[in-house]
Amino acid sequence: MDMKRDYYEDVKHFSSGVMLFWFAALMIFLLLYPFLFKNYYVYVANYIAINIIVVVGLNLLVGYTGQISLGHAGFFAIGAYGTISLMTLANFPFFPALICAGLIAACFGFLLGLPALRLEGPYLAIATLGFGLTITTIIGRIDILGGRQGLHAPDLIIMGHHLNTDRQFYYLVMAIAVLLVFFARNITKTKVGRAFVAIRDAHIAAETMGVNLVLYKTMAFALSAFYAGVAGGLFAFVLRFIEPELFGFFLSVFFLTMAVAGGLGTIAGPIAGAILLSFLDLELRNILNIPYVGEWLKALSTSYFSLTGVSNIQFIVFGAILIAIMLFEPLGLYGLWIRMKKYWMTWPF
Amino acid sequence: MTFFAVEDLSMTFGGLKALDKVSFEITRGEIFAVIGPNGAGKTTLFNCINGIYPPTGGDIVFKNNNIRGLKPDRVAKAGIARTFQNIELFSNMNTMENIMIGRHLFMKTGLLRGGLMWGRRSFAGKEEIENRRKVEQIIDLLELQTFRSKFVGGLPYGIQKKIELGRALAAEPELLLLDEPCAGMNAEEKQDVVFWIKDIQDELGITILLIEHDMNMVMDISNRILVLNFGRPIAMGVPDEVSVHPEVLKAYLGEDDADDASGP
Repeated sequence: MDMKRDYYEDVKHFSSGVMLFWFAALMIFLLLYPFLFKNYYVYVANYIAINIIVVVGLNLLVGYTGQISLGHAGFFAIGAYGTISLMTLANFPFFPALICAGLIAACFGFLLGLPALRLEGPYLAIATLGFGLTITTIIGRIDILGGRQGLHAPDLIIMGHHLNTDRQFYYLVMAIAVLLVFFARNITKTKVGRAFVAIRDAHIAAETMGVNLVLYKTMAFALSAFYAGVAGGLFAFVLRFIEPELFGFFLSVFFLTMAVAGGLGTIAGPIAGAILLSFLDLELRNILNIPYVGEWLKALSTSYFSLTGVSNIQFIVFGAILIAIMLFEPLGLYGLWIRMKKYWMTWPF
Repeated sequence: MTFFAVEDLSMTFGGLKALDKVSFEITRGEIFAVIGPNGAGKTTLFNCINGIYPPTGGDIVFKNNNIRGLKPDRVAKAGIARTFQNIELFSNMNTMENIMIGRHLFMKTGLLRGGLMWGRRSFAGKEEIENRRKVEQIIDLLELQTFRSKFVGGLPYGIQKKIELGRALAAEPELLLLDEPCAGMNAEEKQDVVFWIKDIQDELGITILLIEHDMNMVMDISNRILVLNFGRPIAMGVPDEVSVHPEVLKAYLGEDDADDASGP
């Protein structure tokens, strides 16, 4: 460890030149990505970036503040429907619509945060679960939002440019994702983030040191909902068509799984979790494309695991990953990384 | 002006009177100790002052304002900080960050300015540097440099107690409530704590309200002592008065042995 000379080093973005180098390398890779890979993988990258936004936001709530949420698909849906309907019904341009939809989701987050002041653990899980289910049911019954038929996304025009393909949309999604990740990282290093962790670790002590529980708990919910809302707005344009079915209970669980698999209470963890699980999710859907075992997995899945015969192998894999994480590495992928780093730094001892 | 006064404070849990009309006053700058056998209501008294429990009767006056029934964060804002009997640290934060929570009330960075922190010249950056410098002074004072960047969860008990004290000091309180600062410490560590408490009184000018079981220490450092038994105040005064007060001896030593000459 090198000596610290300055208090700013505790909070600065890149603790060393090496970190800065890798960050720059990552940024260049992300810039070149659409030129290096075929169309489908650009779509995959968009999907991953959106999940990263949700999971980083969810982690601020679950990992840092210690409040569970099984209702994030609800905020995601509010963001998606909000963005599209503000654009089609109120003629908002894209960015104001996206931000407003995020803020609407944040308002709902704030409201959901109020009962959370009195609920903990499994009770909070049930309350948020109820919220998620209710939102999609209500949206399914509002005709102006397309009801069960769903909604088509309008043309996306930003400063005179039409963004119609995944490739064109890629830079927008990535830029927003990078920005929001930095925002979340900064929050965890400053006053608000410390208050979140204080509430998680010892809420009575936090209160006696002057942390306003009501303010910070609802703030965590609203902030987390804002992330999910913005991600939902982007998601609507990646899919170009949304319906209530998309935002079911499983999506909420999927978000939570990504956060836990990556490592709660860290910034890098949920990103890794989102990348791994989103990728698996998309790849395992085309189960027959998996070399060698594809046919066999499909047969296994239809004959033992799914009544309808729809292959659902990705859910089984997620379940297995979650169990393995809980058993072997409660800190998730991040914990694995720390352990590897320690091993190599102290090698050969 | 009354600096701090508790007037007829009562707290009942169901049928149990944990505090029964407790009254006392503390003048600015003194060390005031509350002692009493286990279950006498000492920690309940602290929890009422702090706003963790809403008292069922009476008033708590701090600098001429009635703070009874305020939420803990408002009490903290008024200028009262505390430590806990069973350590209540944020175990997944390091020492620095734990004490930084003590600076919470002095920092103005919100969601937006915090999230957009960029460089040492940004508002949030400047505020972090400034407050970390203050925390460093406390770390120096309490000789915690070795543990600066260690997670507090795994540190020894005595060190954790010190960090808690540091966190309370970081809030720059006018009144500091210490709930058994020496519990579980060896003689040497106790000596250190005694020195720090005196330093805090002398150099920082902080008034201290203290709960402690170690009689030597209490008699040594307190200016005045209040004795509670079963929620009732039974004696109050300077250490020499209290240590020979018959009610106090009875509460501590038991009734029969005190005046039974034929006893063993």
